[in-house]
Amino acid sequence: MNLSDLAVHHSATVVGVSSDGSDLSNSFKDRLEAMGIRKGRTVQVMRKAPGGDPYEVRVGSTTEIAIRKSEAALVEIKDVSDLKKI
Amino acid sequence: MITAEAGKTTQSKNELPRIVFIGQPNTGKSTFFNRVTNATAGVANWPGLTVDFMQAKVERDGKTIEFVDLPGIYDLDGFTEDEKVVQDFLENYSFDLIVCVVNASQIDRQILLPLQLKKLGIPSLVALNMADEVKRFGVKINTQKLSQFLEMPVFTISAKYGAGCSLAIDGIWKTVNDITDSYKVSELVSFCRENKITDEEIQESLDQGIEMPPENLVTFTNRMDAVLLHPIFGLPIFFLTMLALFLFIWNVGMPAQDPVGDFTDWLQATVLEPGLSFLPDIVKDFVINGPYTGFASLLGFVPLVAFFFVVMTALEDSGYLSRAAYLMDNIMRKAGLDGRGFVMQLFGFGCNVPAIMGTRTIRSRSQRLLSILVIPFALCSARLQVFVFFLGIILPSYLGAVALWLLYIISFVVAFVMAAIFNASGQFKSKDPFVIELPPYRTPTFKQVALNVWSEMRTFVQKLSIFMIIGTTITWFLTNYPGGSEGLNTYAGQIGTFFQPLMAPLGVNPLLTVSLIIGFVAKEVQLAAVATMYGLGEGSDALKTTLGGAINFQQGFSYCLFSLLYVPCLTTVATIWGETKSARFTLFSVAVSMIVAWVVAFGFYQSYNLIFTS
Repeated sequence: MNLSDLAVHHSATVVGVSSDGSDLSNSFKDRLEAMGIRKGRTVQVMRKAPGGDPYEVRVGSTTEIAIRKSEAALVEIKDVSDLKKI
Repeated sequence: MITAEAGKTTQSKNELPRIVFIGQPNTGKSTFFNRVTNATAGVANWPGLTVDFMQAKVERDGKTIEFVDLPGIYDLDGFTEDEKVVQDFLENYSFDLIVCVVNASQIDRQILLPLQLKKLGIPSLVALNMADEVKRFGVKINTQKLSQFLEMPVFTISAKYGAGCSLAIDGIWKTVNDITDSYKVSELVSFCRENKITDEEIQESLDQGIEMPPENLVTFTNRMDAVLLHPIFGLPIFFLTMLALFLFIWNVGMPAQDPVGDFTDWLQATVLEPGLSFLPDIVKDFVINGPYTGFASLLGFVPLVAFFFVVMTALEDSGYLSRAAYLMDNIMRKAGLDGRGFVMQLFGFGCNVPAIMGTRTIRSRSQRLLSILVIPFALCSARLQVFVFFLGIILPSYLGAVALWLLYIISFVVAFVMAAIFNASGQFKSKDPFVIELPPYRTPTFKQVALNVWSEMRTFVQKLSIFMIIGTTITWFLTNYPGGSEGLNTYAGQIGTFFQPLMAPLGVNPLLTVSLIIGFVAKEVQLAAVATMYGLGEGSDALKTTLGGAINFQQGFSYCLFSLLYVPCLTTVATIWGETKSARFTLFSVAVSMIVAWVVAFGFYQSYNLIFTS
């Protein structure tokens, strides 16, 4: 499952960021990692912009970013939980 | 660490110790830099680097140190323009100490840069900024433990409010005093790419007494965003905010231009003209209508540009500009533009100059250039005067207002379509992923905004004066020579006649062609040029009657279309050149606007004649 599939008010644990090895792809991976999207970290979809894209995502507890669906698709996640039910 | 030694090379000691500031964007790095250098920094040019940045020499206890503020970067081995500049600097210019500014409330990810510096083994110092937000978020950092782990001094500061700054500044001076070598990192990029910071290394550093708050934390910003970024109400609120800002600028900023204009007119009438009366008329006329006019019109821009800068700086510092990018992304990406480009495009309707300067907030250079390319299509307030005058002649009824409204729509559509075309060409494809930070809402401080505006205005006048003076000198020459000639006999008139085969298909006569050539300097003088060419008083009824008889609707509207889309003014061209530092791109942008103006005016004039007159 990928971050792009995560619904609003749901959180999950990052498994990793995929890259096809090209410079462009590596730079995407680097940037996402610099934003804190790394193995074991928690991501949470706060809301989606008008039209459903981009997403507002919280990484960890204090970093909030806007990320396009196409880039969120590069982030593999697991252990999804619904925050409204907690 | 043996591997660490591979990255850096020791240099002979710099004559002046050089301290380099690095850090991620939005960490308050430049605010801290201003504190350290007492806001004495100026823009410096470094040979071989495409971006300029701030530099200052500070003296203390008889010792002088050079401080350099490099652009914000996410990591040392990144691929973006700003990251390349930092890499080029560290690889080619030797330094003594690196000060790494970190937003401490996001230390869980921002620890990346200090870890890279540690691996490289270069002398560094970490400033943990945003002490106030750290407290609010409930982040806990054991600085002593962190300092031991990183093997570099660590200081906690609030660059904005000043807490801890003097201690950190003492620390910087003391640290650099104890360093005996200077360094370069000749293999920076390859070393960092071969020695990536792993997830485990990040985790290990976070285990050094760092506690992050729970992930379901609800902050003031979150409550604000629930309204401001609402999936339905977010956009209407954004548009209303923009409208309010615009009305504010329109009603307060625009009138601010008048006192400066009055002042330069007064200076001309009471000082320059009497003072220069001993000179031959032709020389006097040259000084006043050549270089002086150029300088005066640049000065006239200052209050408006300064005003825009206040609003833009406040908008950016508050955090709302990033949110505009988030809200507008879905629409703007279709034209390949950054959402922030939309805000700048809107500002362009007031004045293109500050809007072009404001594109600096767009991090990706390609997206920034694309925005710079289409902002000059925005119908600015100066062009409005030209349209009001001409539409008043060719469409005196309410249809004039409709035509004006149509020009606004055309302005927006052309900008959007041109962006989409250039985007599709692949030339301006962004190499950056669309991932932007949404920083917490912050109140911009007066000092921060004022400092920013002051330094911007200083460089604005310094950088562009020469350009304006040369431009008006050339125009003066073209409209006054050969000696004693008037109207179509001047060089400008001859050029107008020469281009007639090109302009006649647009319905623009030679006299109006000359006004367009002069309008290249500024739209304010374009109307004056129309009056001069027809030999009648500016804005006089005689001029209106004569023009009304000389041109029909389609000719007048075609002239308006051309005026809307071709080069807005010399100041805009100078600003594009100043911002991109590329003569090639500036010429390209001028060429694009001329071609677009011609094609649109041609298309309108010919098809109108084809359909309505036969």
